Amino acid sequence: TLRLICTTTVVQRKNVGASGPEKYTEAFIKKQIEEFNLGKRHLANMMGEDPETFTQEDIDRAIAYLFPSGLFDKQARPMMKHPTEVFPEQRKIQWGEDGRPFHFLFYTGKQSYYSLMHETYEKFLNVQKHQDQLIAQDLPLQKEKRNLAGSRWLTKIELEEMLLEKLSDDDYSRFIQLLEKLVALPCADIEENYIQKFSKEVPVQLQKVVIEPLQYDEQGVAFSTGEGKRKTARATAVVYDNGTGKITVNGTDVLHYFPVLQDREQLLFPFQFLGRIGKHDMVCTVSGGGRSAQAGAIRLASAKALRSFVTEKEVEFMRQAGLLTVDPRVKERKKPGQEGSRRKFTWKKR
Amino acid sequence: DDKLLTEPLSHPDFFSVKELFTLKDLFDARVHLGHKKGCRHRFMEPYIFGCHLDQDIIDLDQTMQHLQLALNFTAHVAYRGGIILFVSRKRQFCHLVESTARACGEYAHTRYWQGGLLTNAHIHFGPGVRLPDLLVFPCTLNNVFEPHVAIRDAAKMNIPTVGVVDTNCNPCLITYPIPGNDDSPAAVELYCKLFRMTIIRAKDKRRQSEAVEEL
Repeated sequence: TLRLICTTTVVQRKNVGASGPEKYTEAFIKKQIEEFNLGKRHLANMMGEDPETFTQEDIDRAIAYLFPSGLFDKQARPMMKHPTEVFPEQRKIQWGEDGRPFHFLFYTGKQSYYSLMHETYEKFLNVQKHQDQLIAQDLPLQKEKRNLAGSRWLTKIELEEMLLEKLSDDDYSRFIQLLEKLVALPCADIEENYIQKFSKEVPVQLQKVVIEPLQYDEQGVAFSTGEGKRKTARATAVVYDNGTGKITVNGTDVLHYFPVLQDREQLLFPFQFLGRIGKHDMVCTVSGGGRSAQAGAIRLASAKALRSFVTEKEVEFMRQAGLLTVDPRVKERKKPGQEGSRRKFTWKKR
Repeated sequence: DDKLLTEPLSHPDFFSVKELFTLKDLFDARVHLGHKKGCRHRFMEPYIFGCHLDQDIIDLDQTMQHLQLALNFTAHVAYRGGIILFVSRKRQFCHLVESTARACGEYAHTRYWQGGLLTNAHIHFGPGVRLPDLLVFPCTLNNVFEPHVAIRDAAKMNIPTVGVVDTNCNPCLITYPIPGNDDSPAAVELYCKLFRMTIIRAKDKRRQSEAVEEL
């Protein structure tokens, strides 16, 4: 018989945190995909639709109908999505059967990031070699300047998604510095394809907004409409061409509606900015808000209407002057435990 | 299979490593040039031939012997399918060393060495990872002129090391030191070329022997 000399009553606990985030096996993901497809067909059957042509949007609508939820956060509501969207993409095991890793920089720890640096540096050396060859042959170096204003580099989060690896701020800034160095060389056009993978186009603000063309009423006078809001006030303005500078608000003259000079100055600001004070007539309707809010709303509406009368450059000037931006400031709510939105109750020492 | 592994061990120079380099090659690549007398490390004195105008000259005969031993050892490790890791912290040669490793089909680490890569590998990489079987150092010092942490870690984990030691380096913990210059581009290119050729030769010989065995 064996006699135990010493026994440990406490079993050694597994260090749960050390193994890293839960790894999903391929078989598990495959099973989830099968279950999802089966569930999709059942759902289509339940809703009375054709299982073959049941798209993701139909699924979302069906789930929203069957499981109505009043929760504010969209991510917290019940959803049915394809497993590849639900389970984040993971790194599978990096070495083969004999134990040899697949990637030659595996032992660094951050293999994708360092291999990216390696490749970029190789392109850099290539460009330098090409440059040397051109200089040796006394050929002129190409000087087509890249459009710097219209593009930006990938952000750190986008790069992390691309590499499937966590990066530190230092690593990211080093990579961007290397890219900048590469782009600064005169013959960098050779590696244009490679550089484009890491740059994104920034569309100029104006291109998104469509400026409506002028409309003409019965007498042939050009006019255009605009809508504006400020706090709780909503306004619509119709600006007519060939006018004398008359402004009508809600059927009454501007002097009667806005007795305060400040409000009338706000109304005139867009016209004064463009230098068209006596040239336009305006008819507007406004509701909600208070005195200043209504004035601000009409100002925004008239500026939007004036865009159709004016060149693109002047529209850009107006945008930079802040005439076309909606003022986002609203009354902040009162919080419990405080007297107002920011003011706290008087503090009493005892 | 047993014959494949034991046969190379009976020859002193199975992979004919001596043909890859001559004394003149080493001299032309400026391998004999060391640092100044003030930078000399005490343990490098046996390997130094002399001192000319305050600059140490390394004894190339000893370098030849050490280089032959080291290359023979790497060839045997590569023959047996071992993982070879090239470690260097010189920014000048980082790209060169990485490309050499890629060309051989082996691995490289020329970036910041995180603390527990070898000693805490199962936490870093995941359970079941295989550690390298040989570490090669084209330059043993890191950017602060101190011995690279990987030398000490490899000694802790019983992993043999091959390294080029300059006159200001400590050859103590390295299994196969190669006294020689580690700063000139010509010298480092020569070392990379030699290691690449030995590893490729060893792997080809292994494939040939396996093909012969199958027949």
